[in-house]
Parts: sequence; structure tokens; C-alpha cells
Amino acid sequence: MSTEAIEHRFGPYGGQYVPETLMPALAELEAAWEQARRDPQFTDELDRLLGDYAGRPTPLYLAARVSDVVGHPVYLKREDLMHTGSHKLNNALGQCLLARRMGKRRVIAETGAGQHGVAAATACALLDLECVVYMGSEDIRRQAPNVQRMDLLGATVHTVETGARTLKEAVSAAIRDWVANVEDSHYAIGSAVGPAPYPALVRDLQRVIGDEARAQILEREGRLPERVIACVGGGSNSIGMFRAFYEDAEVALVGVEAAGEGLDSTRHGAPLTAGGRPGVLHGSLSAVLQDEDGQILEAHSISAGLDYPGAGPEHAFLRDSGRARYVAVTDRDALDAFARLSRLEGIVPALEPAHALHWALANPHAELDLICLSGRGDKDLAQVREARGDDGPAPR
Amino acid sequence: MTGIEQIAAAFAGHGKRAALMPYLMAGFPDLDSSRRIGLAAADAGADLLELGVPFSDPLADGPMIHMAGTRALEAGVHTAEVLALARELAPAAPLVLMCYANPILARGVERFADELAAAGASGLIVPDLPLEEAPAVAGACEDRGLALVPLVAPTTPDDRLEAIGRRARGFLYAVSLLGTTGERHGLADSFASVVARAAAHTDVPVAVGFGIATGAHAVEAARAGADGVIVGSRLIRAAAEAHDRGEDPAPSVGAVVEELAAALATEPSR
Repeated sequence: MSTEAIEHRFGPYGGQYVPETLMPALAELEAAWEQARRDPQFTDELDRLLGDYAGRPTPLYLAARVSDVVGHPVYLKREDLMHTGSHKLNNALGQCLLARRMGKRRVIAETGAGQHGVAAATACALLDLECVVYMGSEDIRRQAPNVQRMDLLGATVHTVETGARTLKEAVSAAIRDWVANVEDSHYAIGSAVGPAPYPALVRDLQRVIGDEARAQILEREGRLPERVIACVGGGSNSIGMFRAFYEDAEVALVGVEAAGEGLDSTRHGAPLTAGGRPGVLHGSLSAVLQDEDGQILEAHSISAGLDYPGAGPEHAFLRDSGRARYVAVTDRDALDAFARLSRLEGIVPALEPAHALHWALANPHAELDLICLSGRGDKDLAQVREARGDDGPAPR
Repeated sequence: MTGIEQIAAAFAGHGKRAALMPYLMAGFPDLDSSRRIGLAAADAGADLLELGVPFSDPLADGPMIHMAGTRALEAGVHTAEVLALARELAPAAPLVLMCYANPILARGVERFADELAAAGASGLIVPDLPLEEAPAVAGACEDRGLALVPLVAPTTPDDRLEAIGRRARGFLYAVSLLGTTGERHGLADSFASVVARAAAHTDVPVAVGFGIATGAHAVEAARAGADGVIVGSRLIRAAAEAHDRGEDPAPSVGAVVEELAAALATEPSR
């Protein structure tokens, strides 16, 4: 586990733009994390759960037929094989262990695609904590199976009806709950966003993805990948993947955002790619979709997990410094990659990493790719069918 | 007189048990109505006015103020119009703008402070700008004689309260409870202690807000030592209900402000 200083700022980005009520809780969380990450009792328990319970290390899979299509080896980091079906459990287990350590018996979470909500509900069931999940009604509609899973796991799901009724509003509702219940509740944020120390905390809990993948590909190929590619909503799987490769200057880091209906439309979720003035959303200064007056705009993506107008502050810093580049893939192209990976490899990916897959397929000029397959696509079947306007699988 | 001096004069000369500071949302239910609501509140006994700038993601606000801001934005209210409204209301009572951080950053801190000063406003409250993030805005306000009013909460420890209290200008905003803005049945247990702790750590007046909705609450706040009381959601509700009945919201809000002012006048002035 990292023992470097817990960053409050990444270049100009980050910070703690929150109501005063939460400031002592953020300090308490930072102090708890500072201690816990150096405490073998904590790290051993987390490692044991990540192994025996969650299924780590996840495999690194050489996707042979995808490799044939692009003309070079493509490896998939199989976070879809984690317990609960996505990388989100890495963070949820760590934060819920931390909540228990701080004596907070109630955990608040937000969710977009439902994957973080399910992961938080799972970790809370395991650790005997109360779990409250905020989810926009639009996401509840398009991710119904995950809502049923959270219910089964004993979590209370609160429907959020404000704004576009998606992830942004769910985060806001979760923060408001935390303001009211800060003394007995921990807010387990699901992505590398929010006020310090969350972006650093979530990255450190997710960097296991990149650390494993880096060692695995070195063992298999005897070299580092030319490109590391991951989707970016808030950016937790991508920052966890990228972090392990910061010092490897020869490795290109590519973050793939949601271009939705196109970057030239207003309906996308690509604040890093679109550029523009940074802004404050959910407690940190970062890339954000906003209007002239600083009102935060609604994002759009077919994938609920990328349907967010902000991005983690460390990504904005990586973009500005040139260490990572950010690109965007449309709904239509992500749907295409969703279908292609299913047919080529027998792996149904979540719509979120389908964005990363599409970019790799469409930009084949490389020698060796590593893609984070951050989650599986079972949750997306109804959404995909609706988008295709049919009732069943398309004939070949 | 600078903005800071105007606020000091309002706290010194209100003649009530505590200064009364109604909150209104700019552009709710529409721009012209909010102007008339502000003027009605001043007529009805407001000692200062707090003017809210609508924001898309108001993390410190409960459902009532969130709704009002959303409706103002849906009606197309922009920052420039809010500042123009501030200019119209400032002559009626010392005016403090309540604005989240991002609209200030989007306009540019210096430009925002310039326009706020030019509008004749006296101060600024930024609910998501804690001490650590405040220096640029605090400096810009200080340069123009505007008060950057910080908030303290029941969770704020004494050492932090001391640091915030020392930098407070105009007044110190004590958040009465753990939670967002909105009406409550009674005042929280934390209420008297946060007021007392705030007062012990600052030289400026302490105004208490969040959950203050009735004359009885206001009197209780004054008895606990608050120099001012801030009432928001109750007034937004009065405006919304009148508007929904097809009536002019200004007299309805004015009537509630008058009740609050009367309640505060039942105690002798200190």
C-alpha cells in the first residue's frame, strides 16, 4: 500500500470545496487512512478479502481473436471476473473496512450503473454495516438488475428524482445525507472524485488493478505494453490502472470518455476530452461540463457509469501534464464494441469498458495493448436491447 | 461606508433582540417577483437581506431552496441578472450574496468581486468554500471592503472555530444543525452550543441559520446569544405557495417577515 503523502491537490486540481460541516470528517478520514494503510492488521485483512472473497488477482487474458483483428496482442485485465462483476469492489471493501475502523456503522454510497452500489452493499453485508445507496430514477430504470441485487444484499436504495435523475444527482444526494449524518456515517464515494482525500484514497485502493496487470504482462510478454487503455467516468478503474505505469515513460496512457451522441452535440460525458475551463463539482476542482455562468451541465452517455459531467482531479492533471491522453467514443461505437467482444471472445463487457475496447479496435496501430475490462455487461442487456430497438439478439 | 461597515451598522442599530436576515432566491418564482419579495421583506422589518444565487448543484441546501434554484435556472436566470437584482435591492437593506463557489470561479474571482461591489452589496457567503479554499475570494473581498462571511458548524472543533472566527468579516454564520437548509419542527440540540462556541471565538456578530422557521425559533436563537437570525426555506415556501395559488408572492413573504420581526421585538433590545 502506498505510504506517500495523501494529495490534496494534483497541480491546480482537487481541493475540498465542501460545506464546513464535512471538513472535520474529511480530516478524520484522512487521518484514519494514513494510519490504516501502514497498519499490517488492516492491510492484511484487506488483502485477504480481496483474495479469498473477491477473487484477486484477476486474470490477464490474451484476447486472441481481438488480437487477430487489430494485428497485435491485446490483453484484457479481467476486472469483470471480480466478485460482484466489476472493479468497484476493490474500493468498496477498502472503504467499508475503514468505516468500521472509524467506528462508523452506517455507510452511504451513490451509484450510477449500480456497480458501486452493489459493491458497497456487498461489503456492508460482509462487515455487518448499514448501507444506504442513492441512485437516480433514470438509472434505476436502466439498471434494474442491480437494484434488485442491492435490495437482496440488505441495502436501502433511495430514488433520486432531481435534475437528470442520474449519477451527478445521486452524488449530490449522498453528500447531503452525509452532511446530516456525518457523526455516525461514512460516505463511501465510488470513484476517484470528490473532496480530498477521496481522489487519492480511491486511487490507492484501485491501484491493485494496475500493479497486478503490470506484473502479469511483464511475466507473459517480457515487456511493458505500448498502450494502457481504460474508460473514464469519474475515473477510478483508469486511475488505478494508470498509477502503476506513471514512471514507465514508454507506456502511453489512454483514458476513454463517453462521447455520447457526439462531442459536437451537448449530449456527452467527456469533460477531459472537450477541454474548457475547470470547475468545482462535488467538492473538487477538475474538468467539468459547465456553462458560462458555472452551472454544471447534464452529461449524457448510454452507459450509466460514464454519464457524469466531471472527472477525477488527478486525470485533469495527467491530461495537462501530458502523461495521459484522453479521447472519447460515442454511444453507437460503444454498442458496436459491446457486440463485437461478445461474439469474438465470448465475453459480454459492461458498456463502460466497451468504450475503451472500441477505441483500441479503431486505433490499431500499436504493438501491445493492455485494456482494463472494468466490468461485465449482464446489467446492460436491457439497455442495449432498448438502444437497438429490438427484442432480441440481432441476427448475424 | 464599506460593505463591512454597513453590516456592522445593521447589527448595531436594528433595535430588536437580534437582527433579522431573510433569505430569498434570485429569480424565484421569477426575477421581478424576487425583486418585489426583497423589497417587501425590507419593508416588513428585515435588517439585512441574503440573496441566493441559483446553482445547479447546491450541496448545502435542502429540497425547498434546491427547488427554488432549479426553477430559477429553468426560467433562464443568469449571474448578470442576479447581480443587477442585487443592485436594486441593496439600497433597501445591507445585502449579502449567497453563492456557491463555481459561479464565482467561472466569472473570475476578481471580476465577481468587482461586480458585487459595484452592485452595492455588502458581503458574500460561499457555503462550499471552507477556510482552506477561501484565501483568493477573501482577498478579493477585503480589497473592496466586502465581507466574506464564513460558516461554522456543530462539527467544527474549537481550534478550527478560532481560526475561522479570526478571519470572519461582517458576521459569522453559525449553522444550527447537522444537515442541509430547511424547516424543522424544533431547533436541534446542537443549536445553543454552536451559537455560544461561535460567539466565544470571534469579535464579529454571530448569525444563526438552517432550520429557523418561526418567531419562536428566532426568539430562542436570540436568547441563546445569536446576534442575528437567518430565515430561508420558510420564506421560499411562502413564496411558492402564493405563486401556486396564482397570487403575488411578495405580500405573503412580507407577512411572514413581519411576524418574525414582531416576535424578535417582543424582547427588549440589548
